[in-house]
Amino acid sequence: MFSNFDFEVIVRSLPYLFYTGMAFTLLLTALATIIGIIVGTMLALMRLSGTTLLTLPATAYVNLMRSVPFVLMIFWFYFLVPYIGQWITFSVQPVKVGAFASCLVTFTLFEAAFFCEIMRAGIQSIPRGQVAAAQALGMTYPAVMGYVVLPQAFRNMVPVLLTQTIVLFQDTSLVYVISVTDFLGAASKVAQRDGRLVEMYTFAACVYFVISFAASRAAQVLQRRLAVIR
Amino acid sequence: MNYHWNWPIFWELSPDGVHTYFATLMIGTGWTLLTSACAFILALVLGSLIGVLRTSPFPWAMRLGNVYVELFRNVPLLVQMFLWYFVLPELLPTAAGDWLKQLPNASFYTAVVALGLYMSARIAEQVRAGILSLPRGQRLASLALGLTLPQTYMYVLLPMTYRILLPPLTSELLNTIKNSAVALTVGLMELTARARAMQEFSFQVFEAFTAATIIYIAINMVVTFAMHLVERRVAVPGYLGSRTPAAGH
Repeated sequence: MFSNFDFEVIVRSLPYLFYTGMAFTLLLTALATIIGIIVGTMLALMRLSGTTLLTLPATAYVNLMRSVPFVLMIFWFYFLVPYIGQWITFSVQPVKVGAFASCLVTFTLFEAAFFCEIMRAGIQSIPRGQVAAAQALGMTYPAVMGYVVLPQAFRNMVPVLLTQTIVLFQDTSLVYVISVTDFLGAASKVAQRDGRLVEMYTFAACVYFVISFAASRAAQVLQRRLAVIR
Repeated sequence: MNYHWNWPIFWELSPDGVHTYFATLMIGTGWTLLTSACAFILALVLGSLIGVLRTSPFPWAMRLGNVYVELFRNVPLLVQMFLWYFVLPELLPTAAGDWLKQLPNASFYTAVVALGLYMSARIAEQVRAGILSLPRGQRLASLALGLTLPQTYMYVLLPMTYRILLPPLTSELLNTIKNSAVALTVGLMELTARARAMQEFSFQVFEAFTAATIIYIAINMVVTFAMHLVERRVAVPGYLGSRTPAAGH
């Protein structure tokens, strides 16, 4: 069964797998998480604003993103981002966008919908009295949100945000469908070049497992340490 | 924007020479629904089993359930698909491997198994949480009445759990339908794959993806509405029916 398992091919391709593939995966995960949380928080504030003009588009956007497959969205943005670039820069031709930028826009905009729902739950977990007290002290809306509500909402939701980041990390493997060289893409290219599918895919699965498992354990520890005593 | 819209493209004949593009998208929708339905049934059965194991009084069963969930939750679905499709036939004895590779609709079976097992880990989590949310007295009372442990689960704990779990199970069903699009990587011609093929043959990118998006939204709405009706029928009186936010797709 494992008699002709060739470990050498894995060792040989390690630099390529990690310096090219994993670097792409981790950078994409980190940037998409950070920007996604910022955009998601803004969407959450829009959804909770109580003004139809803001609530409606935010709700429609979030529901749209949540009801279509991520793979379809990756295709959508892959073709749409050049046109968005053209629209923003007023150029005549659709703008040429690199693989990384295209993926980053896709992941940020898609995950923002999920981060929005998490932040919305976080904001709603803050007792109403705190907002009332802050307003009674004369704080403006940005001050109430920036100093009172959002820091606590964020702290309450850190474990869930981390779990979503792990989901995002696993989802980055889907850029395979537009032939981008992320970790799985790199593994797949070596696998097909050397005819070593079994070794490369098994190794990729192990690496994903180790990273995700360690991260979810870390999230659990963090959850226990961050828990606010009430 | 110098993109040439051509909406009537849907009624033109696709390169297979038999179906219009619209018909190919519908066939894709059929495969999406069939794959998701089979995978969800598999996930529900396996997930319930593992969820029950994880709440059982036997430490070995709990550990087995935990390992199962961690294993299937921490590897991306796409990688799992590849493992089932490319790796499994090589690891089996040659005859069995060859039989698997030559199976008609191999990508369909692969997709069902991979998606079913992947989703079963999530459903196991839900089932476990659901069983643990029941008052301890229910289990104790049924055991005190002389029901065996399997009977306690069959007649007391699980029926209650499913009624409470209907909202989260609805979102897992929707997730299953969405995740079935990943099966295009192993060659299943489901809805997203058909839209992609239509884009490649006709160069009408946005028409093809708009159609696929609308079909997914329609499926989503029908499922949500149907499950809402069921939910109202089976709601347990006296529960608030609250939903807790959870990460995931």
